[in-house]
Amino acid sequence: MQSTTYSLDSIRSDFPVLERKVRDNKPLVYLDNAATAQKPIQVIDAITDYYKNHNSNIHRAVHALAEESTEAFEATRSKVAKFLNVANTKEIIFVKGTTEAINLVAYAWGRDNVQKGDIVVTTEYEHHSNIVPWQILTQETGADLKYIDIDENGELMLEQLDEYLATGKVKLVAISHVSNVLGTITDVKEVIKKCKNADAKILIDGAQAVPHMKVDIGNLGCDFYAFSAHKMLGPTGVGVLWARKELLENMRPFLGGGDMIREVHKYETTYNDLPYKFEAGTPNVADVICFSAAIDYLTKIGMDNVRNHEIELTEYALEKMSKVKGIVIYGTKDPKKQGGVISFNFNDVHPHDVATIVDKNGVAIRSGHHCAQVLMEKLEVAATNRASFYIYTTKQEIDVLIDSLEEVAKVFKL
Amino acid sequence: MSADPIYTEMIIEYSRNPSNFGKIENPHIHRHDSNPLCGDSIDLYVNVDGNKITEVKFDGKGCAICMACTSVLTEMIQGKNLEEVKNFKKDDLLSELGLGHLIKTSPVRIKCALLSLKALKYGIYSYFVDKMNDTEAAGNLKEEAASLY
Repeated sequence: MQSTTYSLDSIRSDFPVLERKVRDNKPLVYLDNAATAQKPIQVIDAITDYYKNHNSNIHRAVHALAEESTEAFEATRSKVAKFLNVANTKEIIFVKGTTEAINLVAYAWGRDNVQKGDIVVTTEYEHHSNIVPWQILTQETGADLKYIDIDENGELMLEQLDEYLATGKVKLVAISHVSNVLGTITDVKEVIKKCKNADAKILIDGAQAVPHMKVDIGNLGCDFYAFSAHKMLGPTGVGVLWARKELLENMRPFLGGGDMIREVHKYETTYNDLPYKFEAGTPNVADVICFSAAIDYLTKIGMDNVRNHEIELTEYALEKMSKVKGIVIYGTKDPKKQGGVISFNFNDVHPHDVATIVDKNGVAIRSGHHCAQVLMEKLEVAATNRASFYIYTTKQEIDVLIDSLEEVAKVFKL
Repeated sequence: MSADPIYTEMIIEYSRNPSNFGKIENPHIHRHDSNPLCGDSIDLYVNVDGNKITEVKFDGKGCAICMACTSVLTEMIQGKNLEEVKNFKKDDLLSELGLGHLIKTSPVRIKCALLSLKALKYGIYSYFVDKMNDTEAAGNLKEEAASLY
């Protein structure tokens, strides 16, 4: 049983940046967590400690520092595996982020398994990182790229997936666990079941899920799962690809170079075992190691508590925001069906004008297409505003957002 | 709001009711440009007679700053000589709307304000080079357009 007390004050005191004043001495209200999360002092201290006391390259040298670094690096791998309920630590591949993880699959798995006439399926609410690699792959191979559309509530029309799967040509379904714009939570269990029945592989982009809810890869049954450290209190430049061992073993390498080899001769090379076969070159040692502190932090709070906190905030924000004059909110508008992400617009006010006005009050929201132009086309807008919450977000901060949105309505005479 | 306001009555008014909004069929100069950051996307159409701008229109979608600045730009260059327009500086446009402070305070939003000027400079450059075959007249417009922001 996880603790039911959630000490917001104590959490906030761990995040130095939350004490910042911005613009005209306004307290920072950071609501751009879907883009990246802030870092607790524990993570910041871990990176300083690494460079001050342990810095060295890993996996090769036998000196003391190299051993310490290697041990810490591999300990993070085990910690990630445990956090996601993955039994085999070798299935955890460190990459630089979700984008690289998906590109790795498109390159190293896709080029050998997707051919002319095959189908790759993605959805209308994907981030560009789960669209563009599949466009490149299907254009190169002559395969078809198909989209699962969203309905007016921002939920996937999964019956379309059935139609695609029924052709027997679908090789891969690449889908977000949680939409980075609408916050919609995909029914991944249902999607995976459908894919399994049709013998299609399934890749899940978990960039917006792993930071915000309990993800149990061990029991999910997908084939590939990708996410980034920086959205879950960790450093930038670290991401994880998880894939089933049988798949990884049969895949060609992604990048060639140091550490991914067993033996190199003039004209041939044998590759290293998993996971190193996919980790060419000196990895991001320092950031991987301090990612460990981020996982410890989230584990201590408990992912169910993180999720419940966000449900509470989303419910509060949706109720208050819906009363602001001229506002249009996208998505399910149901806190149980979406993550702590709310996308919205004002009638005819451009999102960047909204963001500039709220920024004057110290409120950081994101405005733009959120790397989801396919979704913007569907919503028939050029851009949206997005407020996204995390473990340290308070209701008082949401009140500041609401006041600022009312100011927008006033300035633009809505 | 801070000492340097952006959302003045004038900006809001122009964004709601842009000047010279529309399309010219088969114009002498046509330039499309967009701002990936904001999603501002405009098409600028210009007709010239000899060296004189006789008609200017624009259409597209954009934020209030972009819409207001493009509107004012089209008003400012109407009836002007291409030579004069070539020498048009970004301050000439920004000061007209009281947005000179954006250069210092908002490197992000300055792109919204100057998108139309960039499109105009590129458009005139292409007009001289491609249609008039006169690279000398085009001068350094292309470099200037590229270095606006």
